[in-house]
Amino acid sequence: MLSIKNLHVNVGDKPILKGINLQINPGEIHAIMGPNGSGKSTLAHILSGKAGYDVPGGTVTYQGKDLLEMAPEIRAREGVFLAFQYPVEIPGVSNIYLLKAALNSIRKHNGQPEVDAMDFLTLIKGKVRLLDMDEKFLYRAVNEGFSGGEKKRNEILQMAILEPRLCILDETDSGLDIDALKVVAEGVNSLRSPDRSFVMVTHYQRLLDYIKPDFVHVLAHGQIVKSGGAELALELEEKGYSWVEQAAA
Amino acid sequence: MMTTATASRYTAEYRNIGPALPGKILPWLQQLRAEALVHFSAHGFPSPREEEWRYTNVSAIEKKLFAPVLGFVPHLQTVNAQWLKSYQLEDAWSVVLVDGHFSAEFSILDGLPETVSVMSMADALTKQPELLETFLGRAVNNTEHGFIAFNTAWFTDGLFVHVPARQVLEKPIQVLHVATQADVMSTTRSVIIADEMADVKVIETFAGLDNSYLSAAVIEAFVGANADMALYKMQCESEKAYHFGGTYVKQARDARFTHYNFAFGGLLARSDIHVDLDYASECELNGLYLGIKRQHIDNHTRINHLKPHASSREMYKGVLDDRARGVFQGRVIVAEDAQKTDSQMNNRNLLLSDDAEADTKPQLEIYADDVKCGHGVTVGQLDESSIFYLQSRCIDEETARNMLTFAFANEMVDKVRIKHLHDKVLEQVLMRFPQEGVKKSWL
Ligand SMILES: Nc1ncnc2c1ncn2[C@@H]1O[C@H](COP(=O)(O)OP(=O)(O)O)[C@@H](O)[C@H]1O
Ligand SMILES: [Mg+2]
Repeated sequence: MLSIKNLHVNVGDKPILKGINLQINPGEIHAIMGPNGSGKSTLAHILSGKAGYDVPGGTVTYQGKDLLEMAPEIRAREGVFLAFQYPVEIPGVSNIYLLKAALNSIRKHNGQPEVDAMDFLTLIKGKVRLLDMDEKFLYRAVNEGFSGGEKKRNEILQMAILEPRLCILDETDSGLDIDALKVVAEGVNSLRSPDRSFVMVTHYQRLLDYIKPDFVHVLAHGQIVKSGGAELALELEEKGYSWVEQAAA
Repeated sequence: MMTTATASRYTAEYRNIGPALPGKILPWLQQLRAEALVHFSAHGFPSPREEEWRYTNVSAIEKKLFAPVLGFVPHLQTVNAQWLKSYQLEDAWSVVLVDGHFSAEFSILDGLPETVSVMSMADALTKQPELLETFLGRAVNNTEHGFIAFNTAWFTDGLFVHVPARQVLEKPIQVLHVATQADVMSTTRSVIIADEMADVKVIETFAGLDNSYLSAAVIEAFVGANADMALYKMQCESEKAYHFGGTYVKQARDARFTHYNFAFGGLLARSDIHVDLDYASECELNGLYLGIKRQHIDNHTRINHLKPHASSREMYKGVLDDRARGVFQGRVIVAEDAQKTDSQMNNRNLLLSDDAEADTKPQLEIYADDVKCGHGVTVGQLDESSIFYLQSRCIDEETARNMLTFAFANEMVDKVRIKHLHDKVLEQVLMRFPQEGVKKSWL
């Protein structure tokens, strides 16, 4: 599904990612953990195509294609989805409008006609219920005046409707209370399938109690310093990050 | 200030058309018109040397010498009649003014409550001259600036509305100004009176065929104690037209007034919205100006807090593309006596091209010491992180830009609660953002 080889990323002259290697196969869940400032969001952004980064070296191959060559919207239409750490507020654009626009862009990309209005409503209402959201949110401006938790749910709602192949979740657990966390985790788990993969960026182990990863990678100072199975997350929880950072040094 | 020596060509040409104008048998109006003529002869149109006109040069209007239309209104061809009706609101009473003259053919005035007066200004000068004498020229002075004197001297017609105390009008009243002839001026004066605890909504619409012409409209509005008035202005003049629209409002104590200024059309368009606030009254001024090509759109607001405990809210937004220029000059004046004033003024501009320009000048003049007054202005481009967010949701960059631009404007459109009007305003906005970025059927 996704193959990252020796990826280097700079902002200006400052190296932020320094040789990342990662292989993600269909159906797998990878957790990327690491202290603040280690480069987790940068990795998520570079995968989804945010501007402002230089890539002096390395490759990212997604379903056999050079991901870094694609415009952000093409990546999204091809099935890459980023749930933002800080979702942007867009006053004046309603949630439902954006969802329809997004879904129809994907359908057009795949040579399908626009979604039927009734089918769309049925689809969307089902997902709203799944995420325990109020239908009113659909008609409000995207993220405008939403609480932190509502924004995160809204990201997962979009993900549930767009049905991406590669889901990147950046700190989706932050800002969520335990009930909201469970709902979000349930939403994510309901999307698990043999041909869908997840990259879960997180600072804490908490989310991983509800969404069990197949692999855990520790990112520190722009490098993956340790990889392991789900048990690695527990070990980190217990010992903190300094242990792996030191081990790598 | 201009001197008598540079007197306007308009004075030279039209000094003597008085007998063809309405109200010629009313001495008080004759006097008012005479004073106006004297003032206009002396000063002419405002010049950019005057502080309140510093961004707007109207000398082209002087050069063009638009001609007045006196009495005779040609019958509209079927196609133009349909075009006119496309601006007419469903579910509203309407006074239609064609080239500055009342058209009985198109106006809709049946079913009005008997106590309510809605008619053309020419009619009102015959039927209700005493009432008009106490109101016309009381919300704005001939000496305010050249356009007011010009308007008083030469107005041919207008709208008159009187809603008596406690009367709530369920349907809005529309005054539809249409310009059908080239090189003419249509000059209208309107008076709207809402007595104590009355409730009225008035919609001014300006539209014109694809000609060069001058539209100079002045409204004086009087909002009685505890009354509610909303005035909507939808300005869709032709792209060759010159427009001056002045709205002057006097609010009595506890009165509420809301204004919506949708400034879309015209080559050169200027709006004045001036409000005087009495004790504990509230006003809200909303504006949206969209400039494309070489349009110049100027908005001038003045809020006079004269008495304590009044509040004012103002939000003006501009979207400027191509070589368009938008101006916002907003003054808030808090008199010494106006303690506990609560005022907030905002102006936000979106520049879509390198050649577009926005001039914004908020001014607070505060003479009281216990007040809460704020203002904020921004001039900028679209937010890059919002564009990326939309791209990450499958929207291509160009569409994302269109969506965000539309959204910026749509925030103001969404404030309109009269459904039919909302849809008409929305239609106008979409017409100006024709890219397929925004699909109406999805909204
Ligand atoms: N646009 C940027 N300009 C300058 N420095 C940046 C930028 N984005 C990220 N960084 C720096 O890169 C490092 C990694 O940031 P980030 O990827 O956000 O970390 P994390 O998500 O792991 O907390 C930090 O030191 C941060 O300050
Ligand atoms: Mg981060």
